[in-house]
Amino acid sequence: MRICVVGCGAVGSLFAANLAQLDDVEVWAYDLARDHVDSINRSGLRLTGAGEVTARLRATADAGELPPCEFGIVATKAMHTDSAIRATAHAFAGGCVATVQNGLGNEEALAAHCERVIRGTTFPAGKLVEPGVVQWDVKGDTTFGPYEERPAPFEEVERLADACTRGGMPATAVADARGPQWRKVIFNAATNPLGALTGLTHGRVCEQPPLRRLVTQLVDEGKAVAAAQAIELDADPEELIDYAARPDVAYGHKASMLQDVEARRQTEVDYLNGGIAGFGRRHGVPTPGHDAIWALVKGVEASWTQ
Amino acid sequence: MTRVCVAGAGVIGSLFAGFLSRVADVGVLVRREEHARALAEQGLRVSGRADFTARVAASTDPRELGEPELVIVACKGNDLEPLGTRLEGRFEGATMMTVQNGIGADEILGRHGDWRQLSAVTFMSGTRHADTHVEYILDTATWIGPARGTTGDDARAAAALVASSGLLAEAFDDLRPAQWSKLIFNATVNAVAALTGLPHDPHFAAVEHDSDLGHLVRDLVDEGKAVAAAAGVELREDPWEMNVHATRRGSRHHPSMLEDVEARRPTEIDLITGSLVREAARRGVPVPLHTALYRLVKAKEASWE
Repeated sequence: MRICVVGCGAVGSLFAANLAQLDDVEVWAYDLARDHVDSINRSGLRLTGAGEVTARLRATADAGELPPCEFGIVATKAMHTDSAIRATAHAFAGGCVATVQNGLGNEEALAAHCERVIRGTTFPAGKLVEPGVVQWDVKGDTTFGPYEERPAPFEEVERLADACTRGGMPATAVADARGPQWRKVIFNAATNPLGALTGLTHGRVCEQPPLRRLVTQLVDEGKAVAAAQAIELDADPEELIDYAARPDVAYGHKASMLQDVEARRQTEVDYLNGGIAGFGRRHGVPTPGHDAIWALVKGVEASWTQ
Repeated sequence: MTRVCVAGAGVIGSLFAGFLSRVADVGVLVRREEHARALAEQGLRVSGRADFTARVAASTDPRELGEPELVIVACKGNDLEPLGTRLEGRFEGATMMTVQNGIGADEILGRHGDWRQLSAVTFMSGTRHADTHVEYILDTATWIGPARGTTGDDARAAAALVASSGLLAEAFDDLRPAQWSKLIFNATVNAVAALTGLPHDPHFAAVEHDSDLGHLVRDLVDEGKAVAAAAGVELREDPWEMNVHATRRGSRHHPSMLEDVEARRPTEIDLITGSLVREAARRGVPVPLHTALYRLVKAKEASWE
């Protein structure tokens, strides 16, 4: 089985390195960061932290080099989905493409270029510490399911989940993968931008009761938009929020959006709060809180070009 | 000469005390003994747009400051409640003029005594270099209007006194239309600037895309208008128009709250957005967006601790 990871940042590297441990899987990585690609080809891709893995795999910044693959795993930042799949779609002409990205709208972007799409949500996290080396911070589960508009066959979804699980990235195939996705999107959209706007870590956002009430307001708006689409959340995002706030979990964690803001990088707010607001509009559900947060974070991004 | 007491000697109180001492007998009510001693011994130096040293009486005890006709209550908004308690039973014949940011200061003070009251909002600014030295920087006006038991004539008399001292003042028959327009504008623009890092620029009026800031600004203004309507106030200017106009001037004004955030100083969110949120709660008007921004700015302040 040949799998190409599209976008080999922190999350993409976790998939690529773990899958490359399997004898029956050949892994390719497509990434635009040339130093990272060169380092992977020279000395392998190394994970440290929650697991120690060194993997040999083929990496390239040239999509033309990619051979036909049975699966793609797209792990770019959400704003790069379209350009990444546009460049690599030829490799998946006979295969299936899964997203493990944050936010809403990635499946739609993939379906514009691919026949068989898999909706995915993943919880493991890490960060790229230097070219070829990724710090694996948190282990976690992944859920895959066929994307309703352009579904991959369920057997294929199961094959991908099985390979990930055997490689050390536990994954489940489900018929409707929207529940886990919306739970994570609501979690991210209700907490990440508050960290980004205030400079507070996840735990500190949650321990201030007035701010915690604002989190709940955003969660409730997200739940209403999910409910309007008959999406059943697999668990209450509030539980995940409180769990993550524990000192032994992610109290001191700076949300990726706060890291983006501190580094003055474009954030994923369009796909989180903007995604919930967009689906809300389509289904007639008002999302004033997400609208406000979306506009504020876009304002922060605009302030960098002043 | 008119007898004036200035209660609270921060920047604004010091400016009033210094200038008014040139046309009135001024006593200054302060909290700290050493502040009172320093003022009594060294006087109060005013620099910047003026340069003189004022002779003032000063004390921590209102009983030592005689019977003023006008008391300018110039403490920070958060200190109004304890100051009101200290003033209970004092200065019975005086007219009390509150000059705090936001709204509702006259009502807070009014709960501590049945004085006649004037309400004012001031736009002048300065820097306090020491207990006995204030620099006068922005010579913008103080607006004065009647409150409990007073009329436009009382406001005009107070404005005339302030103007005769060299400060700028303007009287209104009803201060609230101007005060509320300014409050809604300030609460909106300051909080959005503090959270985004944007100066007050065309982003604040942009409404082309769903995520453009102008939508949020307009929604915040609408919440403020609903509170004003519930309070029976007809606005002097539409704060949205004030916003559009200001952003079209081409200048990129840095609201004070943005400067506070950049310097990691406590902001005036409690006085500005906070007073609007409290007024809304009292009148049963929902203001979820102002409430959200209030919480975010408070949390941002907490991140510096």
